[in-house]
Amino acid sequence: MSKAILYDATICIGCKQCEGACAQQNKLPYDDTVAAESVQSAHKYTVVLTRNDKFMRRLCMHCEKPTCASVCPVGAFHKTKEGPVVYDVWKCIGCRYCMVACPFNQPKYEWQSLNPRVRKCIMCPDRIAAGKQTACAEICPTGATKFGERDDLIAEAKERIRQNPSNYLNRIYGLNEVGGTSVLILAAANVEDYGYPASAKIGDTPMPEYTGRVMERIPDFIPIWTLVLGGIYWVSHRRDEVAEAEAEEKKLNESEKSGGEK
Amino acid sequence: MKIKLTFWRVVFIVIMALGLYSSYIRYFHGLGAATNMSDQFPWGLWIGFDCLCGVMLAAGGFIMVGAVYLFNVERLHAVVRPAVLTAFLGYVLFIVGLLFDLGRPWYIWHQLIYMNFHSVMFEVGMCVMTYTTVLFFEFLPNVFEALHWPTPIKWIKKIYPVLIVLGILLSTLHQSSLGSLYLIMPSKLHPFWYTPALPFFFFASAVAVGLAMTIFESTQSAKVFGRQLELSVLVTLGGALLVALWVNALLRFEDYYHRGLLGQILKPSYEAYFLWLELALTYLIPITILSFKKARLSPQWLYLASIFTVLGFITNRLNIALIGFETYVGHHYVPKWTEFSITLMIVAMGFALFGVAVRYLPIFGEEQAHAVQPRLGREAEAGRAVVTPVLGHAGD
Repeated sequence: MSKAILYDATICIGCKQCEGACAQQNKLPYDDTVAAESVQSAHKYTVVLTRNDKFMRRLCMHCEKPTCASVCPVGAFHKTKEGPVVYDVWKCIGCRYCMVACPFNQPKYEWQSLNPRVRKCIMCPDRIAAGKQTACAEICPTGATKFGERDDLIAEAKERIRQNPSNYLNRIYGLNEVGGTSVLILAAANVEDYGYPASAKIGDTPMPEYTGRVMERIPDFIPIWTLVLGGIYWVSHRRDEVAEAEAEEKKLNESEKSGGEK
Repeated sequence: MKIKLTFWRVVFIVIMALGLYSSYIRYFHGLGAATNMSDQFPWGLWIGFDCLCGVMLAAGGFIMVGAVYLFNVERLHAVVRPAVLTAFLGYVLFIVGLLFDLGRPWYIWHQLIYMNFHSVMFEVGMCVMTYTTVLFFEFLPNVFEALHWPTPIKWIKKIYPVLIVLGILLSTLHQSSLGSLYLIMPSKLHPFWYTPALPFFFFASAVAVGLAMTIFESTQSAKVFGRQLELSVLVTLGGALLVALWVNALLRFEDYYHRGLLGQILKPSYEAYFLWLELALTYLIPITILSFKKARLSPQWLYLASIFTVLGFITNRLNIALIGFETYVGHHYVPKWTEFSITLMIVAMGFALFGVAVRYLPIFGEEQAHAVQPRLGREAEAGRAVVTPVLGHAGD
């Protein structure tokens, strides 16, 4: 069973304690200046946004089929069986393909560093392994950020919508987007207004499938193409070999002839 | 030895000096100080030009090796060596460019031990690494000839069929894979450039650029080094280029038609302007030029058509890597002067190394007649008989 986070924007009061707890958990600086920043960055993995007095949290979605893990040439990202998508900094070569490819634009970079790392929410894997909740869920005073089993949270989200249909848009963002994510969002407003990519745009197909369709052909392509190329080489050079052999034969015959005459 | 200070040498020194200063900023103050890349624009000019265009511009190597050694078209023999040299330098400089762009270039070797077989980038990396090695061996006979060491040339000749087949296989794979890199971004890359056919387009355009680059570099070096060039070679390449351009153009048209975008690409928009520029440079102008028989027989027109083709496909790659993301990101990316400076330095190094190689190695020399392939076929003999040294004085 994999864990997930359910964020219910209608309960969120915008206190930003999740931001602070996240910073503390990940040993990042957090003060009033950082709190005022409304964009995610290498030193701010999660952000609570305000728009028309409504709040929205942004964080890594922890895709079921993570794009970052698929594109990384050295496999620096992987999804653990508990759900978090984690990053092994010692493998990273800094190509930033993960940043370009992520449909949610979550990986951020230490642009000023001389040995830069990719930074993003990693869903407190150590805490989860120890049987605890994520730091953000634990500190949330209203339960807007809730940690639990993904299946349970989906059932609960559906139940909340059913009980209070006027409070919510009838939609759980992350349920099926790019094949499902381990962060689920309930809201009264469109998540797209807060910078989330539109469901229709990213679709329900896991992003790795787009490249998988091409990559899976390569093991067949290599031997076939090698044979074709080798075949062409053989045929086009065979002509010369034959010509050469014939010429030699002719020479031999002639020398025999001339030898016989003598 | 006295080195004369010519105009181009001064330009070269200025470019190198600025480039070295920019390199200092890059490595001692970080990517943030040296580039305008950001969390919103994680890939900039270095990926767009140094990597995507660099590999594309080096395609002449595998195209010419394929034509001469695979298909045995011996009349093109004269351009194989410069094409292989260009390709070898192109790949080496691509790797140099990568060392600037990677955030942790000192871990580039991780590619060899932490392999992720699902990653297109991994595939590109492995192919480029192997192909650069293949090119090194294809280039090596030049050095041995210059040193008059016949024995190692014999060894290389023994494995030549393997090198040829391997080189073309690897080129097919990674030229197309550079397009596959973008397949995973259907929601980000503008629909003018995002298509499931990207890998095919990247390969098809590499073939066209390979031909165009061979025309360009042969003509250019004929001018600069006062070499003589057979017109028949250029004419053959020009004809092949026309066919390759038509194939590319039809594939593009079919793709837009299939995806119902024909109306949209004609409407003025930010992306449309760049697309028009690209299509005009890649197809409209060179195809128009090459459609005239007179132009196909004229070295000057062939040279011009090849320049347009190369510029067109460079525009194509930059559109994909940079312009195609601007609407999604919501702001423009303009490279910092240091990014331009380092790119320029790498290009200048390419030209300089090419010059040095031509000067000291038998790239165009007489030795090439009995070089890698000692036998000259009937076709080549015939071609040699109708030598037309048009370009010998073109640069005067």
